Amino acid sequence: MKILVPVKRVVDYNVKVRVKADGTGVETAGVKMSMNPFDEIAIEEAVRLKEKGVATEIVAISIGVAACSETIRTALAMGADRGVLVETDMAVEPIAVAKMLKALVEKEQPQLVILGKQAIDDDMSATGQMLAALLGWPQGTFASKVAVENGGITVTREVDGGLETVALTLPAVVTTDLRLNEPRYASLPNIRKARKKPIETMKPADLGVDPTPRLTVLRVTEPPKRRAGQKVGSVAELVMKLRTEAKVI
Amino acid sequence: MASYTAPLRDMRFVMHELLDSSSLSTLPGYEQATPELMDAVIEEAAKLAQDILLPLNLSGDAEGCTYENGVVRTPKGFKDAYAQMIAGGWTSLACDPEFGGQGMPKLVSTVFEEIVSSANTAFGMYPGLSHGAYRALHAHGSEALKKQYLPKLVDGTWSGTMCLTESQCGTDLGLIRTRAEPDADSGFRITGTKIFISAGEHDLTENILHLVLAKLPGAPAGTRGISLFLVPKFLPTAEGRPGARNGVSCGSIEHKMGIKASATGVMHFDGAQGWLVGRENSGMRCMFTMMNAARLAVGMQGLGLAETAYQSAAAYARDRRQGKSVGGKTDPAQVADPIIVHPDVRRMLLESRSMTEAGRALSYWCGMELDRAERHPDPAMRQEADDLVALLTPILKAALTDLGSDAANAAVQVHGGHGYIHEWGVEQLVRDARICQIYEGTNGIQALDLVGRKLGQDTGRLLRRFFHPVAEFLAAHEQDAALSEFVGPTAKALGRLQQATMTVAARGMARPEEAAAAATDYLRLFSLVAMAFMWCRMAEVAQRALQAGANGEASFYQAKIDVGKFFMARVLPRHSSHFQVVMAGGETLMLLPEVAF
Ligand SMILES: Cc1cc2nc3c(=O)[nH]c(=O)nc-3n(C[C@H](O)[C@H](O)[C@H](O)COP(=O)(O)OP(=O)(O)OC[C@H]3O[C@@H](n4cnc5c(N)ncnc54)[C@H](O)[C@@H]3O)c2cc1C
Ligand SMILES: Cc1cc2nc3c(=O)[nH]c(=O)nc-3n(C[C@H](O)[C@H](O)[C@H](O)COP(=O)(O)OP(=O)(O)OC[C@H]3O[C@@H](n4cnc5c(N)ncnc54)[C@H](O)[C@@H]3O)c2cc1C
Repeated sequence: MKILVPVKRVVDYNVKVRVKADGTGVETAGVKMSMNPFDEIAIEEAVRLKEKGVATEIVAISIGVAACSETIRTALAMGADRGVLVETDMAVEPIAVAKMLKALVEKEQPQLVILGKQAIDDDMSATGQMLAALLGWPQGTFASKVAVENGGITVTREVDGGLETVALTLPAVVTTDLRLNEPRYASLPNIRKARKKPIETMKPADLGVDPTPRLTVLRVTEPPKRRAGQKVGSVAELVMKLRTEAKVI
Repeated sequence: MASYTAPLRDMRFVMHELLDSSSLSTLPGYEQATPELMDAVIEEAAKLAQDILLPLNLSGDAEGCTYENGVVRTPKGFKDAYAQMIAGGWTSLACDPEFGGQGMPKLVSTVFEEIVSSANTAFGMYPGLSHGAYRALHAHGSEALKKQYLPKLVDGTWSGTMCLTESQCGTDLGLIRTRAEPDADSGFRITGTKIFISAGEHDLTENILHLVLAKLPGAPAGTRGISLFLVPKFLPTAEGRPGARNGVSCGSIEHKMGIKASATGVMHFDGAQGWLVGRENSGMRCMFTMMNAARLAVGMQGLGLAETAYQSAAAYARDRRQGKSVGGKTDPAQVADPIIVHPDVRRMLLESRSMTEAGRALSYWCGMELDRAERHPDPAMRQEADDLVALLTPILKAALTDLGSDAANAAVQVHGGHGYIHEWGVEQLVRDARICQIYEGTNGIQALDLVGRKLGQDTGRLLRRFFHPVAEFLAAHEQDAALSEFVGPTAKALGRLQQATMTVAARGMARPEEAAAAATDYLRLFSLVAMAFMWCRMAEVAQRALQAGANGEASFYQAKIDVGKFFMARVLPRHSSHFQVVMAGGETLMLLPEVAF
């Protein structure tokens, strides 16, 4: 079974994100970039399926600037077999990504696509669902447990009330939640081997997709600063303040 | 807890933009070592250090090692962390592929050493000592010994130690008493007691290989009569498993000021089986060939600690509000400003940072020269690189370990009273940094090495390897207006260093004690000039990047120039006092009679 895993290059989760002075976006110049943590979990799950003998090949895909090849190398060092880089300098939105992934799925014919449930930069949580819809495939989102058995796949999902288990037929789309697994550290020999694994590079046009953004970003601002707390003398005063000052009751 | 994120961007700046690390891949055996691979390696190393080693630093210090009936336990979490480290292949980083190593350049392992020391200096002692043992055995062991033991040191399943010190001898190894008697089984039986042996006994590995300095019967007196032996804790079976226990045991471990999670043992050798490494009576020579790398590694401990100290202090200074800014920008909505607005707090932060960045440039340069000294196809280039390493090593060891201590103390000061409290993690840095100035040759001994051995070697050939590129750079940039705040002060300091060099050499010729009296101040003068040279070059690279548009990183490059200017204006002037002390001579050191102390 072949597995496709899209991996996104995002601002590293340790970096304190700053809004650009002109309000057009967040500062990324000179900022440490890494693989989206949910995508690391997706790669880890695919590698585990390969180690169990379920998967035979793992293809890591990244869509974005040329430096995304380093994100693919990280996936290769963790155990993916080869990479595909769809290179574009445009800011790609989930729908464009989903369309490109669909084209790649048709080309590669995988049985499973594992994605992160969301990317920590824009927190859209949309690509996996869109891809499943475009392909007409079943989807198991927010997975905290995945088991491939009897030609199908069972996905335990983290939902508001607790856990939900769905059985899907293959091929399918799965998106990962935080508790699915703990991604491994790449070993030194594997980091070296990753340098030799192939990465195919193409453009969105090669996949017949126009990635031009459909949304316009008006302004990006810092969240309002938290104001200092207050001490209240009694429950009555608290209720009064909640009503008159905070206006929440 | 101290805060630390590996300064990957600064590291890449030095490796690639300043030193052109891509040239390493032209050296035989390093063909694969491209900048991209080096980046991937140090990035993963940073993850390992930040996620696994850093969280064990404070708890390891509080818990320390424990000793019971000859058995030593490392603090909670150390075994797992070590297992993860060897599973990732990190102990094999710069080792010979013939014995399972990854064959990465010394430059990369130098960066790795910095990262590990920043996160957890005490933990780093275990793989660090193993690597020392690896190098000694690799350079001097017989083929049979190498085949049998090196793969175990490389994959980290066995660890190593260096057993030099005894109660009556630390600096002066000529006084060693441990004996080696010829024996039919292994060749030799070793008897004696070694003290202060780092990683001498612990629970991280299934076997421990001790490299022991000892004297053969009838050996010449002093350091010419010392031989090096390999003494395993467990004698290996034919299958290479740990077999029968050898006659070596740990009598106790020390209660120390710092690096408490590193076990420092008293090791008893009671007729233990040992194998000769290198030739008879050549033990000190064996030690010398690996000394540069070992001393550089201790320098990296100092540098790593300085980086963590700086980062912790900077984070605290941004957060802590105390007092209003005097004359500067102040926040009207707050009763107090963050202390980072205060000039005196900035002084402490910038002193640490400007020396740490220069020290990083200097040490990575030395790491790269170690690679060239080992691998360059042209013997003349090898010699040139070797000379530079020989000259820079004592300077780096002393200057960077002094920096580790100073920066750690500055971090405590910036934290105010909280800096003195364990939980904040910076008082630990002071204690951990302190040993680096003592072991692997005290800093006083480094200074003597510089003036006594390196200065005069081949009528100053080593010195010229440093003076020439500095003078060349300064001449080439004399008219460079953008570097005027760098070139001028450095030229002045270089002039004084050259004058001091002549004076020390001339006086030392007539009276050796004069050179010894000048040694420490001479080394400090030298290290300030070397750091200034690094700042000149870093500023030049940063200027060029800015002129080329900086690719969105203008603030990064501008920071290099700003910090460099601080160094030139407020750190480099210290060279004057060291210069004056050197010129004053040693007479006043000897005035006071011993009885008056
Ligand atoms: C935590 C720790 C770990 C260690 N790990 C190891 C280890 O793994 N293996 C090992 O073999 N040893 C180890 N050591 C020992 C260490 O290398 C020695 O402590 C060091 O070499 C200094 O020797 P000493 O303590 O005998 O001091 P001494 O040699 O007695 O020196 C005392 C002072 O006199 C000065 N001095 C001595 N001789 C001269 C001279 N000729 N001219 C000028 N000044 C001089 C020194 O600079 C120093 O300031 C360790 C020590 C510690 C504390
Ligand atoms: C062991 C111990 C015992 C103590 N005993 C007592 C006691 O008995 N009674 C008591 O009341 N207190 C006591 N203290 C508290 C001690 O006096 C304070 O820690 C000290 O005054 C520093 O204040 P701080 O810790 O709040 O540091 P901060 O005031 O936050 O200072 C942090 C750093 O900022 C610098 N800084 C702050 N303001 C400025 C400024 N305006 N300009 C330039 N630099 C500035 C400081 O010099 C320092 O380097 C004790 C503390 C300790 C650790």
